[in-house]
Amino acid sequence: MSSELLELTVAQAVARIAAGEVSRREYAEAWRERAAGDDLNAYLLRTEDGAGEGEGPLGGIPVAVKDIFCTEGVETTAASRILAGYRPPYTATAVRSLREAGAGVLGKTNMDEFAMGSSNENSAFGPVMNPWDRERVPGGSSGGSAAAVGGGLAPCAIGTDTGGSIRQPAALCGIVGLKPTYGAVSRYGMIAFASSLDQCGPLTRDVADAALLLEALQGHDPCDSTSVGIEGGAGGPGREDLKGLRFAVPAELGGDSIEPGVREVFDATLKRIEGLGGEVATAPLPHAEHGISAYYVIAPAEASSNLARYDGVRYGLRAERAGDLLEMYESTRAEGFGDEVKRRIMLGTYALSSGYYEAYYGRAQRVRTKIAADYAAAFEQFDFVVTPTSPSVAFRLGEKTDDPLAMYMSDFFTVPISLAGLPAISIPAGLAEPEGGGPRLPVGFQIAAPAFAERRLLDAAHALEGEIGFDAKPGGDGDG
Amino acid sequence: MAELEAVIGLEIHVQLSTRTKMFCGCALSFGDEPNVHTCPVCLAHPGVLPVPNEEAVRYALRIAAALECEVAPRSIFHRKNYFYPDSPKAYQISQYDIPLASGGRLGEVRIHRAHLEEDAAKTIHLGESGRIHGSGVSLVDFNRGGTPLVEIVTEPDLRCAADAGAWARLLRTTVRQLGVSDVNMEEGSLRVDANVSVRPAGSAELGTKTELKNMNSFRFLERGIEAELARQGELVEAGGTVVQETLHFHPEDGSLTPLRSKEEAHDYRYFPEPDLVPLAPSEAMLREARESLPELPEARMRRYEGELGLSADHAAQLVAEPEAAAYFEAVCEAAGALEPRVVANWVTGELAAALRQADGGGPADSKVEPGALAALVGMVQEKRISHGSGKQVLATLVVDGGDPAEIVEREGLAQISDSGELEAIVAAAIDANPDAAEQVRSGNRKAIGAIVGAVMKETKGRADGGEVNRLIGEKLGL
Repeated sequence: MSSELLELTVAQAVARIAAGEVSRREYAEAWRERAAGDDLNAYLLRTEDGAGEGEGPLGGIPVAVKDIFCTEGVETTAASRILAGYRPPYTATAVRSLREAGAGVLGKTNMDEFAMGSSNENSAFGPVMNPWDRERVPGGSSGGSAAAVGGGLAPCAIGTDTGGSIRQPAALCGIVGLKPTYGAVSRYGMIAFASSLDQCGPLTRDVADAALLLEALQGHDPCDSTSVGIEGGAGGPGREDLKGLRFAVPAELGGDSIEPGVREVFDATLKRIEGLGGEVATAPLPHAEHGISAYYVIAPAEASSNLARYDGVRYGLRAERAGDLLEMYESTRAEGFGDEVKRRIMLGTYALSSGYYEAYYGRAQRVRTKIAADYAAAFEQFDFVVTPTSPSVAFRLGEKTDDPLAMYMSDFFTVPISLAGLPAISIPAGLAEPEGGGPRLPVGFQIAAPAFAERRLLDAAHALEGEIGFDAKPGGDGDG
Repeated sequence: MAELEAVIGLEIHVQLSTRTKMFCGCALSFGDEPNVHTCPVCLAHPGVLPVPNEEAVRYALRIAAALECEVAPRSIFHRKNYFYPDSPKAYQISQYDIPLASGGRLGEVRIHRAHLEEDAAKTIHLGESGRIHGSGVSLVDFNRGGTPLVEIVTEPDLRCAADAGAWARLLRTTVRQLGVSDVNMEEGSLRVDANVSVRPAGSAELGTKTELKNMNSFRFLERGIEAELARQGELVEAGGTVVQETLHFHPEDGSLTPLRSKEEAHDYRYFPEPDLVPLAPSEAMLREARESLPELPEARMRRYEGELGLSADHAAQLVAEPEAAAYFEAVCEAAGALEPRVVANWVTGELAAALRQADGGGPADSKVEPGALAALVGMVQEKRISHGSGKQVLATLVVDGGDPAEIVEREGLAQISDSGELEAIVAAAIDANPDAAEQVRSGNRKAIGAIVGAVMKETKGRADGGEVNRLIGEKLGL
C-alpha cells in the first residue's frame, strides 16, 4: 500500500485524502519513513507534523521546506554554522500559508549556506548527493529540496531562487521548479540573501503540483511591503496544445558554453513546441550575457548588508574568546561563515564602498535595467522566452569548487530572468550524457514569462510536459 | 586680520510620539523595564522585514508642512551600514539622496532637508569611562531601537550661539504645537547637534566645520557652540587650521573632546533599501498634513502682540508653552469682556507664582479651571475684591480648586464698599501713627505707607488700595 501511496502526485493525493480513500495519517507516515531513510543528506532535520491539519487544497500533504524558512521553535540554520542551534521565535509566511492550506512540514532541507551556491557543496552540514548519481551534485542552492523530491524522499518541496536556486537544482534532479515573479510570494521569514532578487517557489514532480503549491503560497502579505500576490491567483493548468503561442530563443544563446547533450535535448524540445502548434523564433536579448557580472555585484552587495546582523550579540554563534567588541565580531564571523559566504560579503562590501559605488553597484543596476528592458521588448512580440535551464547536466562533486567563476556560469541562463524579476519554470525535458561520459542525466528546459503571467506560464509548461512525457527515474537508465 | 564670523547649522533629531515603532508593531516607551518592547523585527532576527508606520509618515508630513518644505513625490529609504550593538541589523534604515522633504524655512533659518529614519537602541557601558572603550560590561536595551525619528537639517544660517539657542527653542515649540513629539531634550526625544565653523566676516566661503554632539539642553547647546567658536577663533587667529571632527560635549565642565577616530571612521556604504518600496504620499495625505496644521508659534506671536495687545515678553512666554497658551485663551474666552493683556498678566504672573509656590506644574494641569481664573480676575477688575485678596483666593484655588466667589464669601474677602466704615478705619490708623501723619503733612509722601499698612492690617486686605490712599490724603489735607 505505502509504496503505491508514494507514487501519487500531490494533486492526486489531496483528492484521495479528501475523498477518504487514503488515510491522512497513513500517507504522512509513509513519507516520514521515506524521509527517515534519507541517504542523500537532503534533510537537515525531520519534523513530526507532516500530516498537517484541516481540509484545504493541500490537506494532508507533507512538504519538505528549505532550511532558509524560519519555523517557530524548530531549528533553522540556512545551513550555516553561525545559526547552528538557532530556533526562530516566529514562522515564515510561506510556511504558514502552506499550513493554512492543510499541508504539514516534513522536514527542513539542506542547502548552500545562506543560499549562496549552485551545487549544494557550500553547506556547513555537508553536501547533498544527486539522486541520479551520488558522485554528482544536485545543484543549488535548493539542492536538498530538489534531491528530496527527485529522490522520492518528499512529495513536494519549497525552496528559494535568487539567481536560479530553484530552477537549476530542479533541472539537475529531473523535477519541476518554479520561480514566481518577484513580489508574488511573501519573503517574510525567509532568511535574506539578496533582498531584491530572493523569491520563494515550489519544487514538484509535475507542473500541476507546482501550480497547486503556488496557489497556496502567493498573495500579498502585510509583513512584506514588496509582496503583491498574483492577480486572479495561479490557477490550475489545463492546456494541452500551444497553438498561437510564440516562443523566443535568445539570439545570443551561444553554442560553446552549452554541453552538446543539453543542446540536443533543447533543440528536440523546440521541435515538440512546434509540434504542439507553438511558434519558435529568435529574439535579441543583447544584455542578458552581462547578467552574471551584474548579478555578482548586486547580490553580494545586498548580502553583505543582510548578513551583517550575524554578529554574535543576540542569537546564534558567539565566538568563545572575545576580548573586545571588534574581536567578538571578527571571531564570531570568522568561525561562523563558510568560504563562499565570506567571499561574497567581501565582494559586496567592496562594491558598496565609497568611491567604488558608482563603478560597481550603480553600473550593475543600470545593466539590470537594460536587461529588464530587453525582456520587456521581447514580450511585446513573444509570449515566452526559452533556454536550457543549465548549460550542463549535474557535474561531479568537487569538480568546480576550486573555480568560483566556472560555478557561477551554471546560472548563466537563470540569472538574467531573476534580475528582470520575471517568473520562470524549469521542466524536465529529457536525459543527456554528461561531458566525459557516464550514465545519462536529466536536462531542464526553462520557460520565462512576463511578470505575473504565472497562469499562462503554467498552462504552456503543462502542455509541453504532456508532450515530453518524461518518466525516467533515478536508479534506472530510463528512456525519457 | 579680518574679523571672524561664526557660521552655524543645526541637525535635529525629533523622536515621533507615534503609538508604535517605525517598522514594527512594538509600542513606544520611555523608562520601562529594558527589552520589553521588542519583537523579531526590531531585534533583527533572520528573515524579518520592515513595514513602514503610516502614522509616522503622517507626522513627518506635518513637520514638513510646518517647515514649509517641498515633499518628494517618491522618497527612497536607504540602508546606512555600520556595526555596533545599538544597531541590531547592523544598518539603520534612513533616507539619503531623496529625502521626504527639502527646501523649507522656519523663522530666519532655511531648512535644507527633513527625512524619516529609525532610532538606535540604547547601550549602557558599565565601567569608569562610560564609553565602550575600557568598559567592563556593555548592555543593550532595545526598547528605543526602531523609534521613528525625523531628522531636520538646517542651512548654515545662524551666526551666534544665542541665535542658535533661540531658533532651536522656536523649532521645539513648533514641533510641540504639531502634537507629533514630546520634544524633551533631557529624555532625548529632541536631540540637537551643531555644525560650527568660522570665516572672515563677509566671506562667502565656508570654513572647515566641526560637529558638536551630546548637548542635551538648550543652555548646553549655547555653551557648547560658544566654547567651540572661541576655540576655533583662537586657533585661526594664531594661524592654525580647523580639523574636521566630531566633538563630544561634557555637561559637567562644558568641555569638548574629539570622539575617537576609530568610532568615527565609517564608510556607511549607503544603498537603496531593497525591502521597502519608495514612499509616495497620496494627495490626500499631503492635504491632511497641511490642513491639520495648528496656529504655529510665529503666527501666534504676531496675533498675541498685534491683535491682543500683549507685551512681547508675555506673548513669548505663552507661545513657548503651547499648553499655557491654550489655557490663556480658554481664560480669555471665559472672561468675555476682560482685556487679554490683563489675563496674560495673571496667567504669566500671579498664577505662575502661585503654582511655583505649590510645587510646580503647568496651569493646564492645575486645579484652577480657566472659568475660575476668569471669574477671579473679573472680581479684581471690578474692584469687588482687592488685588491682594485676589492673590489669596488664587492660593486657595491652586491647592483645592473650586469657585472663587464661594472662597471670597467663605473667607470674608469682599472689598469694604461702605465708605463710612473705611473712613472710620482710616481715621483710626492716622491717630495710631501720629509720626507718620506728621511727616506726610510736611511733604514726605513716602511715609503714607505706614498708614496704608495699618489700614490693610485692620481690614485684612479687603480695602481697595487706591481708595485708602485717596482717603488718607483727604484727611491729611493733601
